[in-house]
Amino acid sequence: MQQTKAQPTFWITRQMLVLFAVLGTMPLWAESVGLYQYLGVEIVIWMIFALGFNLLLGYTGLPSFGHGAFFGLGAYAFGLVQHELAVSLWLGLLGAVALAAAGGGLVACFLSHRRGIYFALMSIAFGQVFWFVAIKWHAVTGGEDGLLNIPRPAFDFGVGHLALDNNTALFYFVLAVLAVVIIGLWRLVHSPFGKVIQAVKQNEMRTAFVGYNVWLFKWSAFTISAAVAGLAGGLFAMAQESAYPDVMSLHASGFVVMMTLIGGGFVSFWGPVIGAAVFFLARDLLGSMTETWLLWYGLMFMAVVVFKPEGIAGAWQDMVKRRSSGRERGGHAGAALAAQLKR
Amino acid sequence: MALFEARHIHKRFGDQVVLEDISLAFQEGTMNGIMGPNGAGKTTCFNVLTGRFSPERGSVSFAGADITGLKPREIARRGIARSFQIMNLFDDYSAIENVLIAVPEVREKGFNMVQQLNGGSSAMDKAAEVLRKVGLAGREQENAAALSYGERRALEIAVALAAEPRLLFLDEPTSGLGAEGTARLFDLIAELKESYTIVAIEHDMAFLFGLADRISVIHWGQVIAQGTPDELRANKWVQASNLGKLA
Repeated sequence: MQQTKAQPTFWITRQMLVLFAVLGTMPLWAESVGLYQYLGVEIVIWMIFALGFNLLLGYTGLPSFGHGAFFGLGAYAFGLVQHELAVSLWLGLLGAVALAAAGGGLVACFLSHRRGIYFALMSIAFGQVFWFVAIKWHAVTGGEDGLLNIPRPAFDFGVGHLALDNNTALFYFVLAVLAVVIIGLWRLVHSPFGKVIQAVKQNEMRTAFVGYNVWLFKWSAFTISAAVAGLAGGLFAMAQESAYPDVMSLHASGFVVMMTLIGGGFVSFWGPVIGAAVFFLARDLLGSMTETWLLWYGLMFMAVVVFKPEGIAGAWQDMVKRRSSGRERGGHAGAALAAQLKR
Repeated sequence: MALFEARHIHKRFGDQVVLEDISLAFQEGTMNGIMGPNGAGKTTCFNVLTGRFSPERGSVSFAGADITGLKPREIARRGIARSFQIMNLFDDYSAIENVLIAVPEVREKGFNMVQQLNGGSSAMDKAAEVLRKVGLAGREQENAAALSYGERRALEIAVALAAEPRLLFLDEPTSGLGAEGTARLFDLIAELKESYTIVAIEHDMAFLFGLADRISVIHWGQVIAQGTPDELRANKWVQASNLGKLA
């Protein structure tokens, strides 16, 4: 049978509904399983960061180890807008996205004709530059202390407003942002643009030879990814009520890489979402047992890289495939049996 | 005037001269062969003609415009497509996705971030048609990496065809194919020849002499002989250099 007709892509998928249902009810059950409300805020923010990061790593095949810089740019921009311009949620987030996109666009100019190890090394170098500037430029960034007392502006929707100063309200706000980001990125990766960046990942040379401007696609993917990181950073500054250079450091950049890989960003759109949740649950659950939780998390990361490089999402896909092929085999056996009976 | 013309192309890598004063012309609607021993510079010649490398000296023109030193994507967009000797596919993509990405309609929408590429679109139909043409009907959803060698060879050509080129460069299309695969490819190219201007590098002499209208022999980075298959059979250079024996 000719199967040229792929599944239509919906705006909202079943996986999204499951995720939104689980996260949406989290404030109701979080405390009864020993978690706390603020954890949900953190998880959701890092899910946004990791999803944007995976546009670059998983979809375009570009390993950026300096992405914390754009998260940090977003955080500082959000804080600076509140302190210097106006206490405004939308203006703050707009500033966060704009500054991170500008920073990302600038860095991408230098990175977009590189790939592999050279891309990775240069991304580290640029990440370090931003981190260093954040520490040294006291007048603007507040140096190592960072920007403190960043307000959490109310969510103003024209006819009324909703205070976001308690963590549950903030949680629902960041969850709504996550929903928008997920739906947007889901569309994006299934659009012609999404197909081309995946082609770039698989074979840069052929992509150029069929007529695409590979450099511009890499640049765009990088810039969009940085903008999403900036959005997450802006939300983080609001959640933490501060912005500090730590989030721009190499190890913070490493966290998002680890989350994305453990979750399975190479094989699944949902990899970064799973990875971010696992990271924070590991931090809190392992962290409550031992101070050296990062050691155990690191070992877990190594185990994933060695035994299942496709991550948790990859393991899940294998399981589903095994089960369905098991069913198929059963079906074949049944058909064979039926054929025998006919004879 | 020739559809495609290369004049006095020189190319060197370091102090190694690879192409020395190569001049080639391909007329619209013809099938042109390039042959020569291993290491003669055939693939380098292709790479220069399709923009992967730019020549040190010389010029390349296509459809009356100078395209010397243009980037591969610019040359592709003017209507020149190529296949590769060493397979160069999108391995994680299905056969149809490999072709789809090269369809001009999709290429023009490359920066569209909202629209979805689904079944039922005319681009999808075009891609399916190209696959059918190269004999891959029914294999649309198979991953490129999971196809057999012969099927991958066919897909390699399909990706080039999808671009709806005016000029099609094929780099050793029969490379690695058995007798049966070669015979099937012969029929395919005989069919393509009716609607495309083709330039093919080929080792298989019987294959090339059976298909090409004109053949150029490249040796030591130079064109040592040019002409119709009959003229080449009679050429003393070709006879002497052992290239004509199979024909």
